[in-house]
Amino acid sequence: MHADLSLTVDGRRHELTVDTRTTVLDALREHLDITSAKKGCDHGQCGACTVLLDGRRTLSCLSLAVAHDGSEVTTADGLGADGELHPLQEAFLAHDAYQCGYCTPGQICSAVGMLEEAAAGHPSVVTPDLSADLTAGVDLDRTEIAERMSGNLCRCGAYAHIVDAVDEVAHREVAR
Amino acid sequence: MTLTPHAMGTAVPRPEGPEKVRGRAPYAFEHPAAEPLYLFPVQAAIARGRVTAIDTSAADALDGVVLVLTPETAPRLSDAIDPDHGVLQSAQVHQHGQYVAAVVATTSETAREAAELVRVTYAQEPHVAALDEDSPELYGPDTLVTGAPSDDTRGDPDAALAQAAVTVRATYRTSMEHHQPMEPHTTVAVWEGGRLVVHEATQAVSWTRQTLAGAFGLAEDDVDVVAPHVGGGFGSKGGTHPNTVLTALVARAVPGRTVKYALTRQQMFDLVGYRPATIQHVALGADADGRLTAITHDVVEQSSRIQEFVEPTAAFSRGMYEADTRRTSHRVAPLDIGVPTYMRAPGEAPGSFGAECAMDELAVALGVDPIELRVRNEPEVDPEEGLPYSSRNLVACLRRGAELFDWSRRDPTPRSRLVDGWWHGSGVAAATFPVVRFPGSEARVRAARNGVAGNGSGAPRYVVEIAASDIGQGAWAALTAIAADALDVPVERIDLAIGDTAFGSASPAGGSSGTTSWGAAITEAAERFRDKYGDDPDDGDAADATTPDNPWAGEYAMHAYGAHFAEVAVHADTGEIRVPRMLGVFAAGRIVNPLTARSQFLGGMTMGLSAALHEESVLDDRFGHVVNRDLAGYHIATCADVGRMDVEWLDEDDPYVNPMGSKGIGEIGIVGAAAAIANAAHHATGVRVRSLPITLDAFL
Amino acid sequence: MKPFAYERPDDAQGAVATVSADPGAAFLAGGTNLVDHLRLGLATPSTLVDVTGLTSTEITDAPDGGLSIGAGVRNADLAADERVRARYPVLAQALLAGASGQLRNMATTGGNLLQRTRCAYFQDLTTPCNKREPGSGCSALEGWARHHAVLGATHEPADVACVATHPSDMAVALAVLDAQVRVLGAEGERTIPLSALHRLPGGEPSRDTVLAHGELITAVDLPPSPIAARSTYDKVRDRASFAFALVSVAAAIEVVGDTITDARVALGGVAHKPWRATAAEEALVGAPATDDTFRAAARAELVDARPVESPRGGTAFKLPLVTAAVTAALRGLTGREEHA
Repeated sequence: MHADLSLTVDGRRHELTVDTRTTVLDALREHLDITSAKKGCDHGQCGACTVLLDGRRTLSCLSLAVAHDGSEVTTADGLGADGELHPLQEAFLAHDAYQCGYCTPGQICSAVGMLEEAAAGHPSVVTPDLSADLTAGVDLDRTEIAERMSGNLCRCGAYAHIVDAVDEVAHREVAR
Repeated sequence: MTLTPHAMGTAVPRPEGPEKVRGRAPYAFEHPAAEPLYLFPVQAAIARGRVTAIDTSAADALDGVVLVLTPETAPRLSDAIDPDHGVLQSAQVHQHGQYVAAVVATTSETAREAAELVRVTYAQEPHVAALDEDSPELYGPDTLVTGAPSDDTRGDPDAALAQAAVTVRATYRTSMEHHQPMEPHTTVAVWEGGRLVVHEATQAVSWTRQTLAGAFGLAEDDVDVVAPHVGGGFGSKGGTHPNTVLTALVARAVPGRTVKYALTRQQMFDLVGYRPATIQHVALGADADGRLTAITHDVVEQSSRIQEFVEPTAAFSRGMYEADTRRTSHRVAPLDIGVPTYMRAPGEAPGSFGAECAMDELAVALGVDPIELRVRNEPEVDPEEGLPYSSRNLVACLRRGAELFDWSRRDPTPRSRLVDGWWHGSGVAAATFPVVRFPGSEARVRAARNGVAGNGSGAPRYVVEIAASDIGQGAWAALTAIAADALDVPVERIDLAIGDTAFGSASPAGGSSGTTSWGAAITEAAERFRDKYGDDPDDGDAADATTPDNPWAGEYAMHAYGAHFAEVAVHADTGEIRVPRMLGVFAAGRIVNPLTARSQFLGGMTMGLSAALHEESVLDDRFGHVVNRDLAGYHIATCADVGRMDVEWLDEDDPYVNPMGSKGIGEIGIVGAAAAIANAAHHATGVRVRSLPITLDAFL
Repeated sequence: MKPFAYERPDDAQGAVATVSADPGAAFLAGGTNLVDHLRLGLATPSTLVDVTGLTSTEITDAPDGGLSIGAGVRNADLAADERVRARYPVLAQALLAGASGQLRNMATTGGNLLQRTRCAYFQDLTTPCNKREPGSGCSALEGWARHHAVLGATHEPADVACVATHPSDMAVALAVLDAQVRVLGAEGERTIPLSALHRLPGGEPSRDTVLAHGELITAVDLPPSPIAARSTYDKVRDRASFAFALVSVAAAIEVVGDTITDARVALGGVAHKPWRATAAEEALVGAPATDDTFRAAARAELVDARPVESPRGGTAFKLPLVTAAVTAALRGLTGREEHA
């Protein structure tokens, strides 16, 4: 069974016909040849497929395309303005926060979404006082960053550098 | 020759980095193809027996299905292949999850649906899938997978143990582990005329080519294997596995069509190798001063009935410390399961757990500091080969680590530091890994004055080609730096090309050998190039070389060394265990690229932490397969599991190992890491955990 | 994965009518568990009825001083709500201890309650499982049972045995908060106490809840609960993050002087449903707030416990672990500094 739908990916609108079983991830990778989002586990257990779906970090492997007709998808390839790298991408390069690079686009999309969540006052399980007024955002120390990034597995073991990279951008943005 | 470092030793950014952080660097599956077909396999639901019937009618009838292959309909492969590679060649089932049929269809959804519709009937036979050290099937293999002898005895260690002032005897267990690189094993294959073109997730394009050429009876030149970017491997993508042969086999039946097959995460637990479980009996005897008089390290471990793989578990104990007498041995349990393979520091990683925990137990028994105990047993010459060391700086690593970790302030009493409800402790362990050089990597240096890079009439650029693989270790950057120094030009003038059999043969990204083997070949090619053409070559001038033999081989023992320090916290109520801090200090020759080297050491340490606390493939012997078969069931460390991680390396000038003076750093970071954590857990709680992973139940 | 039709009715009544009339239809919300199951071949619906947007995505103040949570509220938004954080910290903590940031952005309140066990054998079509394939046997009883039950499980007879656990953290917090679940069915709306939503396996392990086919969770109501302002969710797991509970404790306690005057305790990771620990609660009330009391209360709850005694990894360790975790949680809530 098939469905016609549209997805706007990294600012570009696409019309496509897919099987109702096709996920957003497979729609990108197998139908649109947009391969920035990676397939790691296909079950929501690794985070490699993370994209921003209508602005929130989302696992594209568990999202049926047919259920997201008209959505806006941002992959790591669409984060930077005018072909430039996003500050998080620059920080990942500077801190060598990756090795094989396969989880990296998902890590970066996840970090972008995560920083927005923290700025919007979303707590995490390690936030010291959940009853505090968080409207000004949550200050992210390394423990907070690591907890919030734990949905993105990295088998190369770049976590220490990933936290360094995210930490740098988080505090640059707080200082702004 | 020995290179003068200019680029080497400086932080050279990964040239592929900007593409990787955007997600544009293409991995195997992402190779574009017109109207590709998708493969999905049917896997055996029994561990041993025969397929008696396969009903493909429902699958055949499905719209979009192009082909269903079974052992009856599949093209024949050459007989001269590994048993494991004989996919769809017979009705025999030798492991749960074995391929018994395959579907290709125009969409991935249809292929999977059709595979689910294939009905397979079996005649089941009894199987054995439990590692049992009392099994009558245990046997002593001739050699380890490294080619070294299985058993090695020097002197009479049993007599020495009987007479030793202090002895430690303990049994250690390590789990079956799976590599689980984030990029699943993937093959994209197309037959073009008589040629087979494969985009493959591999650490070794040449080995893949060799296997496929052999399986299909082709000349190696008729097979192209391409892998410019590989999403991790850790050994599983070193050898070629049945999935690659299957994809090429299926593609052969649909010539001209590109067939894509990426394993599901669940299939990654069945078919692409694993680190076998080990049972290690370790005994140490020492005199009252803590000098070792005996080391025995006797191992029982699992392998596959159809194809032997002997993890060199006890090899660690052959060369690490001085001892008057010594015995190492391996016994193998052949099981009806998939074939094990190399996994990051095969042998050293599990073997160092037993050996380095036993050293800690001996230190406690003697009342000697564990660092001091290791220093007292430092050998003058390599105990295994009797050769002098090209360089050995284990003691310096231990001393420097002790300084950085405030070791002198450590109260050795176990269970003596309770902070906010958590018992804290610290531990140490030593690490080593040999300098490995594989022969046969072909490198080519070519001048490009108006060519590839279009640099016009300016200074020459150099295209450097070698069929090396970058699985994340940083070959793109490191080989660029080596080529630059070998040609005595800035890195900006090097255009490196790797990951393609078009560049000839090359050894794999494995055994921490890449930089040595490929770097030596590039250095040799550059030397020949400069001898022939000087520093002002014409466009297209080129020189080739193959990895030269090391003239010092057989003269010196060559190994890298390291020391791990870990702080462990164990919850006083629940037993939850955390590692708030790890430190690794390494002496591994020249560090070619400090930027990426730090990542490699950290990566090894992180995988060591993961093995220490999390990793266990649960092989349910009743069924014969791993049942925690996804990344929710098979835990690898998350970001939150990793605390402070520090890495330092010592300057080490070793003129014997290779022209770069480098020793290989991909694996030593994992060796000993789990032992340091287990030793720290003992210091924290007084509980000695002798099996991995260490989970909270041990402390309840 | 079997092909399926996709439908998006105009309202919840339409969705309920469609699914009620079609035994092959299933509701789709966040999809985090259903899409997983479609791919595993565990769920084989012929029609998916997308209820996204059909149930409320609002958290509203109830006239009685409680909160009403729309079934469509995402886990991340529920945890971030300042009323939830201040008045029901146990719920915010439970949500935040569950899954990952991405999953919490996707998963809904209704869907979270209806997620199914992560028992490895349930998810593996090649092994017997009474929950997946009634009558086929329970592979976990003598298998890898680290995440399995110690309370309320069915160990025999073999054809109905089931030692699976419910994986939700949120549900454990809701159990301790006496939440009510509003359900829309073809016959109209009904309200079910959270603690009665999920079942023990009994003789019918294939059924996780008391819901009939076609019934849709529309909201979860939290009654006012002054004691909940001092509540906690402590989750013990094998990784520091992104792992299911081995044991979890949702607890709230009130102490006057040294005496416990009120207590609520629920356990996760121990049973086929979120386990309200009423025996522990009874043992706590009126007793002094000491570690001895907490331990005794936990043991009282475990009187009828029966671990899985599997040669391949059972749950015997959960008995001391429950005691340790309950003690630590209650000690933490009472702000005292004793340790085991």
